[in-house]
Amino acid sequence: MKHLISMRDLSADKTLQLLKLAESLEKDPSQIDLSRRVMAAMFYEASTRTRMSFESAMKRLGGEVIGMVGTSGTSVEKGETLADTAKIMARYSDIIVMRHPMEGAARYVSEQVDVPVVNAGDGANQHPTQSLLDLYTILKSQGTLKGLKLALVGDLKYGRTVHSLAYALAPFNPTFYFVSPKSLRMPAHILSDLTQKGVSYKEKTTVENIIPEIDIMYVTRIQRERFPDREEYEKVKNAYIITANLLRKAKDNMKVLHPLPRVNEITTDVDSTKYAYYFDQAENGVYMRQAILATLLGEAK
Amino acid sequence: MKELKVDPIKNGTVIDHIPAGRVQRVLAILKPRATDVVMMGMNFSSKAMKKKDIIKIEGRELTQNEVNSIALVAPAAKVSIIRDFKVAQKSRVEIPKRIEGLVSCPNPKCITNAEPMTTIFNLEDSSSRDLACQYCERVFTADEMTHI
Ligand SMILES: [Zn+2]
Repeated sequence: MKHLISMRDLSADKTLQLLKLAESLEKDPSQIDLSRRVMAAMFYEASTRTRMSFESAMKRLGGEVIGMVGTSGTSVEKGETLADTAKIMARYSDIIVMRHPMEGAARYVSEQVDVPVVNAGDGANQHPTQSLLDLYTILKSQGTLKGLKLALVGDLKYGRTVHSLAYALAPFNPTFYFVSPKSLRMPAHILSDLTQKGVSYKEKTTVENIIPEIDIMYVTRIQRERFPDREEYEKVKNAYIITANLLRKAKDNMKVLHPLPRVNEITTDVDSTKYAYYFDQAENGVYMRQAILATLLGEAK
Repeated sequence: MKELKVDPIKNGTVIDHIPAGRVQRVLAILKPRATDVVMMGMNFSSKAMKKKDIIKIEGRELTQNEVNSIALVAPAAKVSIIRDFKVAQKSRVEIPKRIEGLVSCPNPKCITNAEPMTTIFNLEDSSSRDLACQYCERVFTADEMTHI
């Protein structure tokens, strides 16, 4: 594996290797030493959480971080091409982590430079490190990825995270409940892909009745601007707010996940229940990114 | 035999069965040289297609690669190489597995539309005519690929 650009490039074997390494690094980070290695963060749009997670991962393994956030004050503002900026960053660093609003930007950069490139989000296209940390989080909380029942809740139409998660879990015989307002349903092409892969799923408009059955509830935010009219938004918004009271019939092993930041879709009284797992999920992101950085830098044993 | 309303050529290439109205787009792909003699026929009657367009290029034999490049806009085209007024070779077009620098990506958020770079599309599978952009990963039908 030279780069990490898209989940499509990742074999099941490689995914399992990364999951294993993340688990092992969580227990013993001292097995990898990235001292004197430099990670360049090329963030063409702000994504503070993702960038800090990468920085934490790199620094906790002894590495250094340089980079840019946004384009103001940089040579990009003077009209430099993406390829030129990337080529310079590649001379300053051992690995590039990049986020860009345009789809395919990371793939293009990976073709232009000799150092490994990690895609930290390219518009609505891919965010493979998020997908991998979600897999790691599910594995860690349930002890397996196989045969789980998962509810994906919220904006399933535009949510890159849930699309990618559905594909990433497909080989592990999952049962999905896709819970969303009618106007924000999982896109038809994804449903037909899943059917083709033999994945079973049901579409729902409310979450309440399925709570006793599920192992994982993955919640995403419903943005007001996704609704054509205000009235429809007001009608559905409360149906997708997860409260501690709503979870009282959940199974003991059930965990609530959320890519964060949340706004109001999970109330704070959930935080103190045994079901809350979104802060652990954020922490898991650091271990998964350590595994990715170590592997791409050729330091994974 | 029904006489075509375009003069026969002595040596060169005839592209028949182009969907009516697409002759300009086929020419845009083939980029004839300034010295090429090109005849265009539009809206001819056709049993199979009702209406069709035809292109004849005098003095130039298209290669199979050049022929295949028009498959996106004229998938049913039939290509004849003419030598001394006779058909020396006939072939059908086939969408190439990989199309480089020929069409732009219909996705406005694709990096190929923002940077000075070459587009690359890969045929999803040989049974369909769907093409995946190597960069934004979106899949398009051949009919959506309109920008040359
Ligand atoms: Zn594209």
